[in-house]
Amino acid sequence: MEILNDMLLYLPAIIITVAGLIVMMVDAYTKNATMIYTVSVASLILALAASVYGLFGPTVDIFYGMATTGGTAAFGTALVVAATLFVVVLSREYLTSINHNFAEVYTLILFGTVGMIVLATANDLVTVFMGLETMSIALYVLAGIVRDEKTGIEAALKYFLLGSFATGFFLYGIALLYGATGTTRLADIGLYADAGLIYWAGVGLLLVGFFFKVSVVPFHMWTPDVYEGAPTTITAYMATAAKTAAFVSLILILERALPLAVEQWSGVLVVIAILTMILGNIVAMVQNNVKRMLAYSSIAHAGYVLVGLAAGTAAGYSAVLYYLLAYTLMNIGAFGVVAYYERHKGMQFNSVDQYAGMGYKQPFMAVLLGIFLFSLAGIPPFAGFIGKYQVFAAAIQADLIGLAIVGVLASVAGVYYYLRVLVFLYMKEGTEEIELTQAGFPYRSVLLLLALLTIYFGVLPGGLSELLAGFHQGTLYSGTPLP
Amino acid sequence: MIITSWYLALSAVLFSIGVIGVLTRKNAIVILMSVEIMLNAVNLTLVSFSAEMGDVHGQIIVFFSLCVAAAEVAVGLAIIIAIYRNNLTVDISKINLLRW
Repeated sequence: MEILNDMLLYLPAIIITVAGLIVMMVDAYTKNATMIYTVSVASLILALAASVYGLFGPTVDIFYGMATTGGTAAFGTALVVAATLFVVVLSREYLTSINHNFAEVYTLILFGTVGMIVLATANDLVTVFMGLETMSIALYVLAGIVRDEKTGIEAALKYFLLGSFATGFFLYGIALLYGATGTTRLADIGLYADAGLIYWAGVGLLLVGFFFKVSVVPFHMWTPDVYEGAPTTITAYMATAAKTAAFVSLILILERALPLAVEQWSGVLVVIAILTMILGNIVAMVQNNVKRMLAYSSIAHAGYVLVGLAAGTAAGYSAVLYYLLAYTLMNIGAFGVVAYYERHKGMQFNSVDQYAGMGYKQPFMAVLLGIFLFSLAGIPPFAGFIGKYQVFAAAIQADLIGLAIVGVLASVAGVYYYLRVLVFLYMKEGTEEIELTQAGFPYRSVLLLLALLTIYFGVLPGGLSELLAGFHQGTLYSGTPLP
Repeated sequence: MIITSWYLALSAVLFSIGVIGVLTRKNAIVILMSVEIMLNAVNLTLVSFSAEMGDVHGQIIVFFSLCVAAAEVAVGLAIIIAIYRNNLTVDISKINLLRW
């Protein structure tokens, strides 16, 4: 009966898997769009409830140690499911308006989410690999779902080729780590401090695979192209849910499998974080396309997350989790408003010049975009500020003062390109006549909810911070090095 | 008896051939084939480690990686066909609408 108990603890993934299968069957037999949408949303709400319940449960390993629940993994699951729920609601209206509301989108989103949950709860390198690939294969298809648009399918091709290239490195890393340690269980790998050249090659290749997936410099080349070419709500999905899952998995790996090599990987992460923050922010400044600007900004944000990881302390890990929450809320919101503007003139309507004077046409949407952009820039009282504060504070506690200084300077530079969009929205005269139609009620309420949550977690971070800090007290896996 | 190092060296060479193929070739299908070479080189590594240690885990991972590789090829070829219909070429240096 142990397996049934494990399945109960793994309920979010199971609910979503079943829903994905149902959606696929409904699509095959009746093509009832309302039913597909209802099943997707209902299953995501149920899964969200189950995963929030799991947040307060114990941290235990399930399925004979292949997966873990509670703590960091439960938070990752809840965040991924919540992000998916928001994206599904936004996608329906957006994809209908660009005439691409296929049922496959919902099936793929649900299966991709299962992959993300598997990734975020993985306790064994095999599970990490399966989760990562389930997620990636669903995303390759989703990126190219608008296949009659040349940019859309080009984005899919680039994502696919570079993603599968990265998979090769990732798998080679797993193979070498397995050869060096004789196991794929994270905690068992953690017992080894230094197992020679093969061990270090394995760790390096594994990290390279992850760096590709979370798009940090110098492995970021695919990100702007894919984020620009993919349908906007799918971009939001890739930028938030997929990145969250990969980062949560990275936390589990660093914390459980490599606790004795902190000094080595911390040094690597510091260098990569500095490169990512500087390049992401500087290149974002010269972008005229808003989607592309947000893509570079998401690269910069991955850099801030790495600052917290590089600290390698309990405070760093919980700061990263808080940052991921803030990042998810504000990024889905920003992409949601961009998707709203975009649907009036087709998928090419993304240039910042075209946003001129739009602020007064639909004030509600423009104000929401303002909130999300201020939060992304890290200005109080929004969640983005608290996230950045915690990440940099963790770095300073871990004596990485230089890193924190670079991070703060980079984020100051970042304010320029976020506010530039607002300058165009409110302070420039529009050249072309464009009538904005009102967005649907679910669309507006999701964006409003995201904005309220952004403000809530920016004003009252206390309760959640304590919960997150509790995940890492006494749960740190530490072993004595083997000879 | 051939020692494990030879198998590891062979798979490292195969993996490098795959990497060089991805980095230098322009045809999307050839790039896909190079990625497959990389994945199969890794499978060889896993099997040889598994045989050396007398541990079955490595061989089971190979099954998973074969599965994933098959799914990836299915999706990849579909994407390449869609690209061909749009652009009438699979040369990646000519597929360059998205830049900077």
